[in-house]
This record gives sequence, C-alpha cells and structure tokens, in this order.
Amino acid sequence: MADYEVPKLTGEGYCEIPAVREGVMESKGPFIAKPDFQKALHFPDDFAEIGALVPNWKERALGKMADLKSRYRSLQVFLDICVKCGACTDKCHYFIGTSDAKNMPVARQDLLRKVYRRYFTFAGKYFPKLVGATDLTEEVLADWYNYYHQCSQCRRCSVFCPYGIDTAEISMAAREILDHVGYGQKYCNEIIGKVFKIGNNLGLPGPALFDTVEGLEEDVEADTGIKVRFPLDEDGAEVLLVTPSADFFAEPHIDGLVGYAKVFHETGVTWTMSTIASEAGNFGMFIGSYETMRRVSLRVREAAIKHKVKRIVFGECGHAWRVAYSFLNTLAGPFDFLDQRYPIPQHILEFTWSHIQAGNLQIDKTENDDKVLTFHDSCNVARGSRMGDYPGGQFDIPRNVIRAVCNNFVDMPADTIHDATFCCGGGGGLLTDDLMEIRVKGIQPRAEALKHVTTHNGVTHMAAICAICKSQFTKVLPYYGFTMDQIVSVHQLVSNALVLQRQVSVQARPDDEDGDED
Amino acid sequence: MASINVGGKDIPLDEEGYLENLNDWTPEVAEVLAKGEDVTLTSEHWEILNFLREYYEEYQIAPAVRVLTKAVGKRLGADKGNSKYLYSLFPYGPGKQACKYGGLPKPTGCV
Repeated sequence: MADYEVPKLTGEGYCEIPAVREGVMESKGPFIAKPDFQKALHFPDDFAEIGALVPNWKERALGKMADLKSRYRSLQVFLDICVKCGACTDKCHYFIGTSDAKNMPVARQDLLRKVYRRYFTFAGKYFPKLVGATDLTEEVLADWYNYYHQCSQCRRCSVFCPYGIDTAEISMAAREILDHVGYGQKYCNEIIGKVFKIGNNLGLPGPALFDTVEGLEEDVEADTGIKVRFPLDEDGAEVLLVTPSADFFAEPHIDGLVGYAKVFHETGVTWTMSTIASEAGNFGMFIGSYETMRRVSLRVREAAIKHKVKRIVFGECGHAWRVAYSFLNTLAGPFDFLDQRYPIPQHILEFTWSHIQAGNLQIDKTENDDKVLTFHDSCNVARGSRMGDYPGGQFDIPRNVIRAVCNNFVDMPADTIHDATFCCGGGGGLLTDDLMEIRVKGIQPRAEALKHVTTHNGVTHMAAICAICKSQFTKVLPYYGFTMDQIVSVHQLVSNALVLQRQVSVQARPDDEDGDED
Repeated sequence: MASINVGGKDIPLDEEGYLENLNDWTPEVAEVLAKGEDVTLTSEHWEILNFLREYYEEYQIAPAVRVLTKAVGKRLGADKGNSKYLYSLFPYGPGKQACKYGGLPKPTGCV
C-alpha cells in the first residue's frame, strides 16, 4: 500500500515517544505552485519556472520577515523568548509519527529563528556561531519549505509550552515568506485561486451547487416523505449558512449537510446557502496571508448583505470556525446589520444545541443504537476558538449534541481530547496526496487513541466536525485497519435521530404542492 | 514535465498525472492513463467515465460522490448505486482516479 513503513498500533491508547533521528523526513516537500497560481493571490510571480526563486530572493525574504515581525508582535516575541526547555519536543503528532528531529516543535521554530537571529539580533549579527544563528541560503529555504509543510498548525505544542509559543504562527509566517520568493504550495494556492474565481475550494460553479441540493431534496423526500428544503441564494432568509464545499461533495460530509437542513426545517428558522460564499474554509490562514484571509472572508460579508440575512451560521469546519470565531469581525466587520441578539457568527452546533435544549426537536436516540460513538476534537475548534458562552464550551457542546442523539458515547483517553487533542494529520494545508507519507505517519496518535476505545469500549464510529478531519480519516485510517464508514459527521447523527414533525417546510415553493416531476 | 505518448502524440501531464490540457482527452488517452496504473478499463469502467464526462460537460466540475452513485444506480441498477461498487472499480477513490482517466481536473479542497 505504501513504500514507507506504516506505524504499528499497540491499542494501549498512547504512543511510545520515538528516539530522535536526523533527516528521515527530508524531501523536496509538496508540489510548488506555478506562477499563475501565485499571481492570482497577488504574490510575486517573477520566477521562471516551478522550483526557481525570484530575483533578489534573499533581500525579499528578509524584507518580508522584517515586515511580518513588525506587523505581528507575537511573532517577534515567539522568536525571542524560547528557553529551550524541551516541553514541546514530544507533543507533535508528526514528530511522534516520524521521529525526525526537525519535527520537534522547537526545532521547527528554530529553522526560522536561526535566520531571524542572524539578521535581526545584535548577538546573531556579530557572534552568529555563539547563538545558533545562520545565514539565509537556498538550502535553508528548501528546509523551510519541506518542514513547514510537515506542520498542520494544530497548536498542540503551544498548550504545553510554558511561554505559550505558538509554532503555528511561526509556520504561517514561514509560508508567507516562502510565498514571496516563489515557493508557494500548489495545494493551498490553487485552491484559494478557485475560491476567488468560482467561489469555493472545490470549484463547484453555481449550476452544480443547484443540481446537488436539488438531488439532496429528492433524497430526503424519498427517505422521509417530507420536502425538506436546501435553499440556495434565497434572499430574505433569516440565516446565511456558510459551510465547507466538501459538504456538497464528499462522504460523510454530505450527511452532515442533510442534518443541518433537517434541523433548520424542524425549527422553522428560514435559511439559505449562497453561491457567493459557498465555502466556509479559509486557506488564507494556512499560508499566513492576512490579505488573502481577508479577501476570502469578505465573500461572507458580501453574501450576507446580498441575501439580506439577519444571522450567519457556520457549518462543520475546523479552521473556518477559528477564522470565523476569532477573526471574522476584524476581517470583514462590522456586522451591525445583523441581529445582535445572536452570536455573530454562530456555529451550527450552537444552533442545534440551543434548539435541543428548548425542546424544539423530537429525537429518537435508538436510531443510532447500531453505533458506539467517540468524538474527535478538531484542533482549530479546540485550541483556536470557543462555542457557547463559557470556556470549554467547544468541548461540551459537540458532546452534548452527540449524547442527545445517541445512547452510546465513550471519550478517547484524556490526553488525546479537549485542548490536548491530536490533529487528524491532514490539517493546515497538508490534505494533499503529495504529502501522503506525513499524513499517514501523523495520524498515528489519533489512530492509537481510537484503537484503544474500539478495543476496550466497543467504539464503532468516530464523529468529527471538520471537513478536513473527515476526509483525512476516511482516506488514511484504513492504513491502520479501520474502515472509511467508521467516520461520521456530528449532524449525520442528528439527522439519523431527528423525527420530523413539520410536514411542510416554511420555505416550501408554491409548486411543491403538486406532485412535481423533474 | 511528465507526458504520455498516445498514437505518436506527446500529451503533457501535471505533477499528479492529470491531463495538463483537458482538450487532449480521447478514449485512447484514458486507456493509456489507466494502463499506467495497472488498470484495464472494462465496459463497467467506461460506464462511469462516460457519465463523468457528460456531467463535467454540463457543470464544469466532477459530480459529488452522492450524485455519481445515484446516477449509476439509476442507469445500471440499484445494486451498483453505492460507493462500494465504485471503489471496486477505482480503488484509489472514484472521485480522483476516475477523474484522472476521464480527463477531468482533479477535485481539490477538503476532500
């Protein structure tokens, strides 16, 4: 199946920390973006071909570093304050899975830090050898490109750092610098280009979206006998739902979308999706580009205004929720035209949970009795945002919803959930086939924890609330003996258990009365 | 840049083995691309590839897995309208592998 060794699981719920090895994950890194992709993102495209650097690359890279450290005080602080205590060294899933020395978070940071010291600190300028400072060379850039694409920006290491140094932020800065010298990553940058050109990561044009939601309406009606609507571009709805485009396309994501639709139907809250903001994800964060992140976010504002909605709700997407919860108001606000009585934006799980608590949804939990569930906390939700109105709500609310619709739920071991959750292995712009080795190795700690609860607690399924997590798990967990149908969307569970009471959608179309033909 | 030779013509491929120019596609190109991955295209494969190409022509994107399984179920019988059947034909994922042979762009994003 693979030309590298897939780690073996013990089933004990924890991984042995491997002995450090040098250079075992050295490679050329993921595919590099061609000039066209860079141009669409307003990055320099004056490099001759894929793999070539722009003219004056050294000055331009250092200029960008100076720019970033002046714009983000956090970056300079993180580069300055590490005391090499070692607390982070064994906390990275990619280090645990690969044992490569440069995948220890401190070593990953040092790739950038050693250059920062050389050009921006007194000691590094005059006594570089004493302080581990090195010149910026093509080899250093190649190392950055490789190892900063072995970081999923999950921020687990930062939880254990006594100073709170956030490797993700350093990794984002490194990618931003690389984007300015000709080393953009094909996967992220091609996708962001599609968002600008077509409206979503997948490149689903409007007609394809309409065709897909029509098909879903037929499916749900065949299944339940009720015409549940999946409204798209319907002006005047109360809620704009912004969800990852994978929810229209992939399995088990699409079952989550069916769940959102049933919840909206049952609550009688009118809603719409939008062809303008047909993507919740914001890969601008992965590449550390504030400008790109802002451009992607502004589509949400544009759609909210165009469709005259009162509320914005985000679907199941990990990093989208971090951007939405933590940054949306800064990037695309102010949202003074929305209904201020609700969170701006709100997470679909907050929405569903509030209606479960209010008794608005009739639930038959036995519909999920064929499963024993566990829940994977997505890193960007767990460590980069919150749900509800108290700290830790982002851990409780998904579990509350699962417990409200399922009789059987078991958590994975405590050091692999909540804010200590392990990344799925495919986050941060790594969900691409050219990074399959790091994805397979990086999933090891999560697979180990899952194995533990399947072996000891009879767990059959793992629920997730992120499009990337769901795709990574269905693709890579089979390397460890699991099957792809063991991964479910949280709203898929809701969908299974929700007993529809409302016979006619509040958004029923006039012609829905007659037996329609397609 | 990688390429394949079909009927004496060099056809460029991208890094991942997808056609650089979608207009280069012919049924022979599909056969050569499949052969390169040790797959022999049968009439069952072709039923899927033809549907993909029709769908792409109309919508400029590959169909969602659900759309594909539903269409296959309608055309070829309910027992084939599931992803298990599609994976038996295209073990690397019907979305990506079938798109490659069918001359469609690779689906990208969180999939």
